[in-house]
Amino acid sequence: MGKQVLVIEDEPNIIEAISFILNRDGWSVATHANGETAAEAVLGQVPDVLILDVMLPGRSGFDILQELRGHEATQALPVLMLTARGQKKDRELADRLGVSRFMTKPFSNAEMLEAVRDLAGSPTS
Amino acid sequence: MVGFNALVLVCVAYVAILFGVAFGADKRAREGLPGTAWLRGPWVYTLSLSIYCTAWTFYGAVGYAARSGLEFVTIYLGPTLVLVGWWWVLRKLVRIGRAQRITSIADLISSRYGKSNLLGVIVTLLAVVGTTPYIALQLQSVTLSFSVFAADRQEGFELLDLNATALWIAAGLALFTILFGTRNLDANERHHGVVTAIAVEAVVKLLALLAVGIFVVWGVAGGPTEIARTIDASPISDWQMNGGRWASLTFLSAAAFLTLPRMFQVLVVENVDERQLATASWAFPLYLFLMSLFVVPIAVVGLDILPKGSNPDLFVLTVPLHFDQDGLAMLSFLGGFSSATSMVIVAAIALSTMVSNHIVMPIWLSLRSDGASMSGDVRYLLLISRRLSIGGVLLLGYLYYRYSGGGAALAAIGLISFSGVAQVLPALVGGIFWRGASRNGAAAGLIAGFAIWAYCLFLPSFGPEGVISDQIMAHGPWGLEWLRPQALFGIEGMDPLVHALFWSMVVNTSLFFIFSLVSFPNPLERLQGAQFVNVFEHSGATRGWTRGRAQAEDLMIMAQRIMGGGEAQALFEAEALAQGKESYLPDTTPGFIERLERELAGSVGGATAHAMVGQIVGGASVSVEDLMAVADETQQMLEYSSQLEVQSEELSRTARQLGEANKKLTQLSIQKDAFLSQISHELRTPMTSIRAFSEILRDGGMDEAAARKYSSIIHDEALRLTRLLDDLLDLSVLEAGHVTLHPQPDNLSDVLDRAVAATTSVGEGAGIEIRRNPVHEDIDIFTDTDRLAQVFINLIANAAKYCDADTPRLKIFVTKRAERLHVDFIDNGSGIPPESQAVIFEKFSRLSDQAKAGGAGLGLAICREIMDKLGGKVAYLPGQGGAAFRVTLPKAPLAAG
Repeated sequence: MGKQVLVIEDEPNIIEAISFILNRDGWSVATHANGETAAEAVLGQVPDVLILDVMLPGRSGFDILQELRGHEATQALPVLMLTARGQKKDRELADRLGVSRFMTKPFSNAEMLEAVRDLAGSPTS
Repeated sequence: MVGFNALVLVCVAYVAILFGVAFGADKRAREGLPGTAWLRGPWVYTLSLSIYCTAWTFYGAVGYAARSGLEFVTIYLGPTLVLVGWWWVLRKLVRIGRAQRITSIADLISSRYGKSNLLGVIVTLLAVVGTTPYIALQLQSVTLSFSVFAADRQEGFELLDLNATALWIAAGLALFTILFGTRNLDANERHHGVVTAIAVEAVVKLLALLAVGIFVVWGVAGGPTEIARTIDASPISDWQMNGGRWASLTFLSAAAFLTLPRMFQVLVVENVDERQLATASWAFPLYLFLMSLFVVPIAVVGLDILPKGSNPDLFVLTVPLHFDQDGLAMLSFLGGFSSATSMVIVAAIALSTMVSNHIVMPIWLSLRSDGASMSGDVRYLLLISRRLSIGGVLLLGYLYYRYSGGGAALAAIGLISFSGVAQVLPALVGGIFWRGASRNGAAAGLIAGFAIWAYCLFLPSFGPEGVISDQIMAHGPWGLEWLRPQALFGIEGMDPLVHALFWSMVVNTSLFFIFSLVSFPNPLERLQGAQFVNVFEHSGATRGWTRGRAQAEDLMIMAQRIMGGGEAQALFEAEALAQGKESYLPDTTPGFIERLERELAGSVGGATAHAMVGQIVGGASVSVEDLMAVADETQQMLEYSSQLEVQSEELSRTARQLGEANKKLTQLSIQKDAFLSQISHELRTPMTSIRAFSEILRDGGMDEAAARKYSSIIHDEALRLTRLLDDLLDLSVLEAGHVTLHPQPDNLSDVLDRAVAATTSVGEGAGIEIRRNPVHEDIDIFTDTDRLAQVFINLIANAAKYCDADTPRLKIFVTKRAERLHVDFIDNGSGIPPESQAVIFEKFSRLSDQAKAGGAGLGLAICREIMDKLGGKVAYLPGQGGAAFRVTLPKAPLAAG
């Protein structure tokens, strides 16, 4: 069983793509599509890496990140943020909130995979 | 010789002609056909006043002259004095009637004294009690005139059942009145048909009386000189004038002219333009003069020629018959018939409005705990209640005729009726000229006057077998001599009519003044008082509501049920437009609520409208400013304050517009940012999937099924991108105004057909049932119908996507207005919450999650731009149950086709 990545994202096709890429590399993937209950889901079972979308139904990714950084269990959790809004101020805000990595959509699969490996090592070690 | 059947046939034909006239006039007035201005002109108005001359005047004046000499002139003198000398009183009444949308005399009194329904009920009861015998009198006169023809002939006329005749006449009149009197609910929409028919009847009765008169003077007596000699020789010339009675009767007829419910109906409610009073003020006295010109000659010749004991009330008929002038007798019969029917019709309309507005509606309102905000169409209920009231009034008249025994008891009824309704006079005149007049004063005066009139005049008219026995008449109740009905307080030897009139008016007026002076009027009363008394100074600027917790949508729902959907929506839309708002719902400013209340008052009366609005608005009905305005007693202060009011209203309107503009600018800048990041998001999301899966496919190594699946995801997302780009381009072209329209003649129904076909064929639209009315849709239009169809498709697709009912249904219906065309799309789902209604037309606004929506949220924004370019608009229509959109098309470009 590989290390766990939790993907919080609401677009079904993107979820499918990320899951495929990570599974192929040996990661174990869980997904969650609702912004409102996302923080609870993370705290319930803290993954090795969190991939977090910004525009989610119910609650924004920034809000979720801010909350997670306030909890001891997730204070240092590696978080890779993905956004389709390519604005500079979004990146700045994410940095301020303590994001580990910030990528804009569309991303290259290889880059995304590399970022996850950077944050959590190899999937099985 | 005229047979009975021929007589009935002539009657039926005459009524059919009146039906035609009323129907034609109604139709023409409603469609506003050119050349119909005279229908609302001063002549029809003047002639309609002739319902003052009932059968009692037509037949009875001659009888009156034969019995009491020139005294009959007083009946004509009163109205003449009012019109010639007091027409400014009438002008004020008419102005108040229009400003306050008064529906009846009961409504006037009720509205004036703080919209008190108690007063409305009192006046209504007074009017019903006073008018019922009068209606009976008309029925009697028509049946009597039938029997005159019967008596003159032997051929089986004895079979003629007078009661049945009266019943048939009453039923026929009820039918006519219901047909033409309750077509429009709003009394201010007026009954053009009825009024025109009455004007025709006015001409018929005048011609009839003049014809009989000319026949009598030149045909029988042999010229004016001869008739003068006959008059000198007759007992009429011995008649001595009784000063007290003369003055009382003149006063009485003048008062009745103002206060009779039917006169108020034609004088005030049916008045279209107060300038018509100027014509009526000389033309109607002239009419009365012509009506009275030949009364004495006919009476004298009748007394001279006919056998002793002939009923002088029927001389107008019997004199021509005596000389075998069948045609003339028939004309005269129709004159009397006209007099009777026109009075009954208008009286029934006036009384039914009162009964329905002041008795039925309030009872019904109080029976419903949720009051005005219940479900169901109040209009329907109102119409039913008016129709039943008309039937009820005529039934009462018939029963009175049937059981009063007719004959002698009825002869004096005209004047008794007059004295009854005259009791309203102090409250009426005091109410429009004296701001100190209060509700308590009006109620005390009315009740006392009503009671004295009933005790001294009305009840004794039933004779000793009726309510008041001989014992009481001679010695008073319980032997109290000073309470004798015809000698109150020991004043004896007075004429009974003068006696009753004197006491009732003295006590009525005194109590009215005393109670007004000692009681303190409530704020609404003072406010209404100021508006009635100073109607010429500040008409229109009426205020009554402070900003309560009024919910515009609730008010609209209520207004729709009373005024009908179209009218209510037009009113709200116009107000919203005046406030500079784009939606259909205006702010509930005090001014608007007041205006709405007045509109409703036109349908259900002032007191009821006030109660209904109060149930929704909830707030106090009079503001501090209003109280201050009332407290300013001097004219200048009032004028100044109304100027200030106008200014401050203007200021607050400007402020509101500025505020809206400012809000819009701020929103625009926020929206621009939001728009950019929205576009970025909408473009990048499908691109992310496309890139990710194309890289996965490039890497290879998956089975064929997975590969096919991933390719089709790429395909779908590419389509999504294309759609988005199409929408964006469409929108930017529309917004930049570079769009070229291709107007073409088409039929609205066909455009809708195409739109429905386009939506239901793609599958997702198939789940919704669409209801349409092809008859209403059959309208030729001239516009860019491809663009129009695009709007329709969007609205239908939205309904199919978002309607959350178990069995989703979409109603599409088309209404034609004067200047535009409405196409409404109303589904049966749960609708759009008020806070979201404002944003749905913005770009990228999707209320539900995007996976379900499938579009980028640009559809309604595009629709709005398209309709703007087509010169129409599309807006959310609140208060319809489900989600509802209204597409408005201007009519002007349609005509170009």
